[in-house]
Amino acid sequence: MKKLLVAASIAMMGLTGTAAADENYPERPIMLMVSYGAGGATDFQARIVTMTAGNEDALGMPIAIINKPGAGGRVGWNWFATQADADGYTLGAYNIPHFIAQSIEGGVEYGADSFEPIANWGADPAVFVVAADSEFNSMADVVDYAKENPGRLTFSGAGLFVGHHIAALQLEKAAGVKLAYIPNNQGGAGAMKAVIAGEVLGGVNNLSDAFRAREAGNVKILGVFDLERNDFLPDVPTLREQGFDIDNASVNFRGVMVPKGTPQPVIDKLAEVLPTMFENGRVQGRMKAGGSPMHIMTRAEVIEMWKAREVTLKELLAGL
Amino acid sequence: MEFLLYFGDVFTPFNFGLLLIGTIGGLILGATPGLSPTMAVALLIPFTFRLEPAQGLILLGAAYTSTVAGGAVSAILLKIPGAPANIATTLDGHTMAQQGHGARALQLSFLASAVGGVFGVLLLIFLTPVLAQWALAFGPSHLFWLAILGVTVIGSLDSSSVVKGLLSGCIGLWLATIGFDDILGAQRFIFHSSVSGGINVIPALIGLFAIPQVITMFAKGRRRLNAEVLAVERHPIHKAFREVFRRSRALSIGTLTGSIIGLIPGVGGQIAGLVAYDQARKMSPERDKFGTGHSEGVIAAESANNAMVGPSLVPLLTLSIPGSPTAAVLLGGLLIHGIFPGSDLFDTNPDVAWTFSHSMLGGQIQMCIFGLYVAGLAAKVAQVPIAVMGAVVLGLAVFGSYSVQNSMGDVYVMAALGTGMYFLERFGFSAAPLVLGLILGPIAEANFIQGSMIANATSSMGAYFLTGTLNIVLIAIVVLSIGYSVWMELRHRRFITKDDAARKKEALS
Repeated sequence: MKKLLVAASIAMMGLTGTAAADENYPERPIMLMVSYGAGGATDFQARIVTMTAGNEDALGMPIAIINKPGAGGRVGWNWFATQADADGYTLGAYNIPHFIAQSIEGGVEYGADSFEPIANWGADPAVFVVAADSEFNSMADVVDYAKENPGRLTFSGAGLFVGHHIAALQLEKAAGVKLAYIPNNQGGAGAMKAVIAGEVLGGVNNLSDAFRAREAGNVKILGVFDLERNDFLPDVPTLREQGFDIDNASVNFRGVMVPKGTPQPVIDKLAEVLPTMFENGRVQGRMKAGGSPMHIMTRAEVIEMWKAREVTLKELLAGL
Repeated sequence: MEFLLYFGDVFTPFNFGLLLIGTIGGLILGATPGLSPTMAVALLIPFTFRLEPAQGLILLGAAYTSTVAGGAVSAILLKIPGAPANIATTLDGHTMAQQGHGARALQLSFLASAVGGVFGVLLLIFLTPVLAQWALAFGPSHLFWLAILGVTVIGSLDSSSVVKGLLSGCIGLWLATIGFDDILGAQRFIFHSSVSGGINVIPALIGLFAIPQVITMFAKGRRRLNAEVLAVERHPIHKAFREVFRRSRALSIGTLTGSIIGLIPGVGGQIAGLVAYDQARKMSPERDKFGTGHSEGVIAAESANNAMVGPSLVPLLTLSIPGSPTAAVLLGGLLIHGIFPGSDLFDTNPDVAWTFSHSMLGGQIQMCIFGLYVAGLAAKVAQVPIAVMGAVVLGLAVFGSYSVQNSMGDVYVMAALGTGMYFLERFGFSAAPLVLGLILGPIAEANFIQGSMIANATSSMGAYFLTGTLNIVLIAIVVLSIGYSVWMELRHRRFITKDDAARKKEALS
């Protein structure tokens, strides 16, 4: 009798097909691909925001982080777009504007259409930093110097076609000056070192890293490349407040996505559960302690944000 | 005396237990090919979530120090360097193991590691503010010259001739250009998707060192020759103690070079061992013995790569800038507990800062004790029949290259490079200069591009790269190093005989 029941239920499952499998999702641990190395900001934050995935009120299954670093994230996202299984057990972390800017630049196998966003967990705005002993005290000082010495104001950032580069392009455009952007091959940490050591006159860097460097007494933060001031730095004005027409196109948004073709019920389930996971008190506490600004967005909001970002970036990068 | 105030914290039963777990775990992870110190520490971070900050750091600090030393085990016994830090250890260490002196090589390497490591951590504790300035002094132009200095070592490193050394260095430099260019994002030589992220150093290391040896083992077949089974010599520990301190020149060169180079962000950890090895050889009266299982080689390399551990954390603890990938992971471990490293770390969070440095000291000592204890047992590996050994090394090589970033592409890269290296070795080329080229290429290139961008915006290329005290000092050392190699080569040629050449050839095949 028991055997019969089992056989019948198996037959039923066959009939209802994938729907039944989707209802039970997830049935095994899930993997989250991070296209940067262990210890980087994206990796660090991904580990924190997914640490409660195994809870019963969340997914009920743990999320494991897999790093696929290389070529500024291109290796990981290429893999995710072309080789990852679209079964809901392979999630990916996205960094906006990086991957959209790279797809506009070309030479990669993905674009904004290759992925389905799930939810956004963080937003790390770019800020302008100078060494603690610098003579610059506001963005106006920086721009005045650049006007007197066109093309001679050196400032560092984490590379080309990343948020810092976008911020640099926006600054050049808004202030109408020519600057010397020096991309660093060791990411935000290398760019910050260049500022502190005086190799360059200033730099664009992540708010979270700059906040830490200011706590340590090594830098001054002159402006935030965002629409509003940040909770971590209530005393630092935005670029817009200082008279430069710069929006939040360079803000580094981090969140979770799945490959195109993932079953809709799985996407819906993830899109429903993940924002609540990010809102968990323990997650929020750890993120705040680490100086990582959170910004939770639902799937619908992220879809809008991706679209808007693609338009702005195409415009900005057209001249390159 | 704050230094002593927090020492007791390390020895509470729970903390001491963590220290033990960190050290033993670190040794095992370090001895596993492909698990670099960076990955080992990253793997342990989740375990620290539920610990107190100081306790978490005890675990991480002990694991960091002992993985670096643990890498010597696979380097010596299997000729698989676990991380770039252990490349130089294979040169003499593995030869010693083949001669049946594996136990001695391991004992020497753990003792030298402990001496170097303790010195490095003491530097970190007492001289951090001074050292921070030194770490910042190296800008793009200086790092460029430093990489060039590394290139000059290539010619003389473990090769039958300078020309062959330089040629394999060039192959390494070419391999380093594959992938997306670090700064401008241009694509170069991407002929297969496995190399789109460039050639990762760890799979390359494993392939270049382990695979030629595996092929040689299999090529020998199953002939049961008595000569194949090595008598593994027992080696009493007190003898190793005496030997390490008798070789005080190699020990001090290794320790000092390691500490100085370890400070330089982004460069140090990878080349400290090789540079120290080269320096120790140039200054040794028995320089001809290097590469043939000479104990000075092991001592210099291992004292250097552990001496680097302490200073490599200086930029992190003072300036809040992680100077190496491992430091970046440790930064994550600090941040997760809401601790911001910075020049005032020892004032604002003295318990954390001191416990962390003490745990590294304790880790060094424990690592040495456990290392010495297992050295005799581990050396028995040399008695494993070569057919079995070949299979084990091959398995570890595949596992190790896959685990770096969970990618089959890395396994293909490892296998392709290894097979290529087998044929190159037949012609007298060797792997060490090739790897050095692979490591130094991107450093030299990226810093040259950054430097020239800064130079073009501010002054001129000539002024930027050729003036300034540090630039001139580095250029002078480069010139000296090249001059020395040329002089040695010329002098060597005059004395070389047919017998020497034949013996060299035999040693290589």
